[in-house]
Amino acid sequence: MSTIFDGLSLGAIYALIALGYTMVYGIAKMLNFAHGDIIMVGAYAIFTTLAAGGHIGLALVVAVVVCVVFGIVIEKVAYKPLRGSSPLAVLITAIGVSYLLQSVAQIIFGAKAQTVSMVSFGSMKIGSAEISIASVITLVVGAVIMAGLTLFVRNTRTGRAMQAVSEDKGAAQLMGINVNRIIMITFAIGSALAACASIFYLMQIPSTEPTLGSMPGIKAFTAAVIGGIGSIPGAMIGGVLLGVVEKICLSIPVLAPYTTAVEFAILILILLVRPIGLLGKKRREKV
Amino acid sequence: MALLEVKNLEVCYGVIRALKGISFEVNQGEIVSLIGANGAGKTTTMQSIMGLIPIKSGTVTYDGQVINKIPGHKLVPMGMSQVPEGRRVFQEMTVYENLVLGAYAQKDKKKIKDDIDEICTRFPRLGERKKQVAGTLSGGEQQMLAMGRAMMSHPKLLMLDEPSMGLSPLLVDQVFEIIKDYHKSGVTILLVEQNAKKALSISDRAYVLETGAITMEGNAADLLNDESVKKAYLGE
Ligand SMILES: Nc1ncnc2c1ncn2[C@@H]1O[C@H](COP(=O)(O)OP(=O)(O)OP(=O)(O)O)[C@@H](O)[C@H]1O
Ligand SMILES: [Mg+2]
Repeated sequence: MSTIFDGLSLGAIYALIALGYTMVYGIAKMLNFAHGDIIMVGAYAIFTTLAAGGHIGLALVVAVVVCVVFGIVIEKVAYKPLRGSSPLAVLITAIGVSYLLQSVAQIIFGAKAQTVSMVSFGSMKIGSAEISIASVITLVVGAVIMAGLTLFVRNTRTGRAMQAVSEDKGAAQLMGINVNRIIMITFAIGSALAACASIFYLMQIPSTEPTLGSMPGIKAFTAAVIGGIGSIPGAMIGGVLLGVVEKICLSIPVLAPYTTAVEFAILILILLVRPIGLLGKKRREKV
Repeated sequence: MALLEVKNLEVCYGVIRALKGISFEVNQGEIVSLIGANGAGKTTTMQSIMGLIPIKSGTVTYDGQVINKIPGHKLVPMGMSQVPEGRRVFQEMTVYENLVLGAYAQKDKKKIKDDIDEICTRFPRLGERKKQVAGTLSGGEQQMLAMGRAMMSHPKLLMLDEPSMGLSPLLVDQVFEIIKDYHKSGVTILLVEQNAKKALSISDRAYVLETGAITMEGNAADLLNDESVKKAYLGE
């Protein structure tokens, strides 16, 4: 019971990160491999705010602002000039940005892991099960954020423009949509979600280091691919699925050392059966 | 007065010169067509006017203003609208959502609703299918949707790129009737067509484009009777 619960909340973290990958892929048609490192940026923003005596609420705000600024600047400086060039060039650039962020973090904060003085939330008992309050908060807030995002994309003018850009940039421009602005907004939203993910992540493991974003980044990317890259509900389902599988594996002693292998096996299985992922859409070729 | 004036427009794809410096104009209130064979550069012309393809040299003037350097999305609120080649409706969205996107520059929701009602009177087929996903519409219905969507921005200049492509003869007639009708409501039209006969029959003037250069221009009626046009484009 508590395993499932922890799995769901870890899944919510993966889902929040996966949304950043999937939305950017859907709209800018690129794999932003530096997205995982935005979580690390957020974690250091939280670390610094808390170390300076700031409240955890303030830390969250600072993390969101810092991550959004990073997301927008990275897009403007590194990716925008490459728009229209080969996907490989963009991919290499994204990997370069990822290393750059990690190196700069290392220069500023050092390579060693640092403990983040997070508030401890403790746990509560439901029946016989002991459930961590941090997990409850993560799950509830994560669900609210994702519901909000879904409503935003479906029902607002900007959300519809995002859908339009993801389907056909040229046609979107003919509608009078400023495609560059929509791409910027997408990076901003993805980064804000990553900032939320970083605070939830620190609630589980209150420690940060320059490579903090790598593993959750890769897991979330896997989740996005499982769900069907480009699909928003797909990223949510993929993230939750991966989180639950991970926690279940970790709770079974024989499986525990192979947790990551099991997760990637699931990815491979799903892609064998459905190469476009669970909710991915086959794109009709344009005539 | 020229609403749209294109002067020495040159567009290249890498080393290929798709447009070799073409000039033409569309006067306020006219229907002008641009005819030419496959690969002549018609779509390139349409897309470069709307900022979808960068212009190498030359000028495009709309309503007295040079628009080369204006980002494409800003041209829509200025009154330019285009029905692109191949329709390019948003396949995963409903008819209704497509029409709402056509009114992207319009922020007044009430006005958008009224405009959609008006479009649905003009295109009854769309009215019956507001909730249908556009990708499941027939080719003809998608063409109607692409036209309705382009009309949602209340253009002064409507540009259509091969609206008759892939339609049955009956639907082709319908599409041309709609264009004529829309023109009567005071909208200037620039029409690109392979169906030269139909295009010339509703146009005031026309230009013939051949491998990136304009080779002929004149009154549509004269071109309809021109021997070389007859041979090359009217299949007579
Ligand atoms: N993206 C592109 N890259 C390279 N060359 C292109 C590209 N788009 C068009 N061309 C070339 O430019 C020329 C003009 O193409 P364009 O699409 O404008 O012709 P068109 O007159 O619209 O033809 P059609 O009637 O078949 O639609 C063609 O030779 C075409 O091969
Ligand atoms: Mg064409």
